[in-house]
Amino acid sequence: MSKLPKTSRRSLIKSVGAGALLASSPLVGRFASAQSGAPIKIGFQQHSTGIGAAYGRWYGRTTEAAVKAINDAGGINGRPVEIVAEDDGTDPKRGAEVVEKFANQHNCDVAFGTLFSHVVIGSAPSAGEQKIPYFVVSEGHHVASGGLNRYTLQPGITDVKSQVQAMAPYVADNLGKKVTMIFPDFAFGHDHRDFFTAAIEAQGGEVLEHIAVPPSETSFTKYFPKIPRDTEVLYHVMVGPAVLTFVKELGEFFGPSSPAIFGFIDSLEAVDLASPGLEFLEGTYFWEGNPRYAQADQTSHDKNFRAAVGVDENGASVSDPKDVSTYAHMFGCWETLHIIKAGMEASGYQGPADRQKLIEAVEAMTDMPESDAHPQGPKVFNGKTHQVFGVQYISRVENGRLVKVHTTSIEDTLYPDETDYTTQSF
Amino acid sequence: MDFGPHLLLAILEGAVGAAVLALTALGLSLVFGVMRVVNVAHGEFFMLGAVVAWFIASPIAGHPAIGFVAALALAPLVAGAIAVVVDRFVLKEVEYDPEATIVGTIGVLYIIQQSALMIYGPEARPVEPPFNHRIALPWFEWGETGLEFYYPWGLSTTSYKLFVIVAAIGILLAFWVIMSRTRLGLIMRATQLDRETALAFGIPVQRVYSIVFGFGAALAALAAVLIVPIQQAHYLMGHDPLLLSFIVVIIGGLGSVRGTVVAALLIGMSDGIISVFLSPTLSKILATLLVALVLVFRPQGLYGKKMA
Repeated sequence: MSKLPKTSRRSLIKSVGAGALLASSPLVGRFASAQSGAPIKIGFQQHSTGIGAAYGRWYGRTTEAAVKAINDAGGINGRPVEIVAEDDGTDPKRGAEVVEKFANQHNCDVAFGTLFSHVVIGSAPSAGEQKIPYFVVSEGHHVASGGLNRYTLQPGITDVKSQVQAMAPYVADNLGKKVTMIFPDFAFGHDHRDFFTAAIEAQGGEVLEHIAVPPSETSFTKYFPKIPRDTEVLYHVMVGPAVLTFVKELGEFFGPSSPAIFGFIDSLEAVDLASPGLEFLEGTYFWEGNPRYAQADQTSHDKNFRAAVGVDENGASVSDPKDVSTYAHMFGCWETLHIIKAGMEASGYQGPADRQKLIEAVEAMTDMPESDAHPQGPKVFNGKTHQVFGVQYISRVENGRLVKVHTTSIEDTLYPDETDYTTQSF
Repeated sequence: MDFGPHLLLAILEGAVGAAVLALTALGLSLVFGVMRVVNVAHGEFFMLGAVVAWFIASPIAGHPAIGFVAALALAPLVAGAIAVVVDRFVLKEVEYDPEATIVGTIGVLYIIQQSALMIYGPEARPVEPPFNHRIALPWFEWGETGLEFYYPWGLSTTSYKLFVIVAAIGILLAFWVIMSRTRLGLIMRATQLDRETALAFGIPVQRVYSIVFGFGAALAALAAVLIVPIQQAHYLMGHDPLLLSFIVVIIGGLGSVRGTVVAALLIGMSDGIISVFLSPTLSKILATLLVALVLVFRPQGLYGKKMA
């Protein structure tokens, strides 16, 4: 309690002196508003083990790189950022415990970084109870659908509903209108099923068959005979440790006579496109959240991002070309951490008492132009639905590389609001 | 897909599953038959086989067959050696007490699994098959000109999958020869029939136990090396084989080799066929239901001997 007078003196300095500086020059503002040297603690809910482990590894590397970049530039409000990583085993129950640990044991300022949708859905209620801001990097539609709470936000990665909505016109116009879908049998896959089916019907197409595969499955050939003979486009999205088997068996099943194939790169995240058995993917199409291979029109932001994380122009680790990244997703960690920084600076965040101010500051965000903080592309944040919207990429496999053939607009990905979290009380 | 080609595909898929399952369950059944030890860590020896296969095969350059053959020879030895250590330092210490060995092997399960996580990591990694060609299979139907052959969409298998089936049959035959025609088999069978008498006749029962436990683990590891070019090595991959092996061993009769092979075929094929035509969940439900029925109406299993 003896520190109280000191705190109020500094608050005074901040409010009187630094306010203008903060607005005009973020760098100067940060140092002027520094309250103490104590680090800002960000709880990182990491899928180190379980079915999300490949993503967890790369989400970890991206998070480390982003924190280094933020700290090298002076930290947040003059304070260094510290990551407290906890493994959730890609398990919803464990995920909820991890969020509680962040709030109660580690005294984290915010929680961040969850990918798998079932873990997000399992953990978000804990974040609401503990009143800790929970920044997820998950792609699931559960945030924008209104199913979660005011403490859960997804400002760094777009959701499945907007992604598939932007893909459907391209698929219908270029590949075919009769689609068969193969997807993992949990919330994320169900988002694909529901929203792509609706989106392709809006384009005059139809889905002939929905094939759901349990995410822990290890053998896939038995599912493929359900693909109807008159399928024009096979739409695949798969996750888990067996994705390579999935794609290989898909190729073995079809042989030389396959329909057009459109996949979400999730089916091949962290998998080397040059793996034996994947030759059949030549000429097929993929959604990519962020192009894995450096493209001819690569921006300086993408170049800087790759250099910071340690990813080469083929999307693999610079130290091991066989260690392929989850490039289409992991930018979300980088961007989310930069948004946490921007939100904390805009709200003059000092500690857990300011968590509501932080959420309100993020809710007030709208345009996020392409920059080093947003290397994937420009984005628009919707504060009501807590969901960000951004451009999507379609790539084609050419000579064993993914080459970008189409970039959607942000407008292609928009849909009417389904909820308004700002009306919920804290 | 038409019913006929669909069924053929289901049978082929089921046969691959059944072949690998038969080898894995045989190891579990052997250990129970001879030692009366319910080895809960059996699935982890399966996983060890796959993981060690990756460690052996991946640094070997040149044709993938070289690495695969090396893995086929060495991975079961490594898994067997670890099993012998487990036998000496865990099972022997608790004097092969049935309850204590269950708890002990649960501990071993977690030690092996978490060690694999620490050393090998959480990734799923592939081992390249020694050869792998897609084989399109023809189907026939009565057309206007009589019997016609054609190649239906998707009706295919790979040369490697056929190899797995053939290799498993070969290993099963070799196992049968060892058990019924060699001195080692005789000693194992003698120990299984009556431990005390075997001891009285000068059979080194303790050493037989070590060999049997190592042999059982090596069989599981061998099955894993065969499957790892199709699936991938992953530290959690031991769970399903363990569950299915228990189902097979209970249905077939604990300790009965013939019962194990028949039950593995039954479970493996029905898993393939039911999951192709209906749903994979249903095939698991039916397998578990079958276990319940066997336990109620024929507790000794299909080929097991009634315990007095």
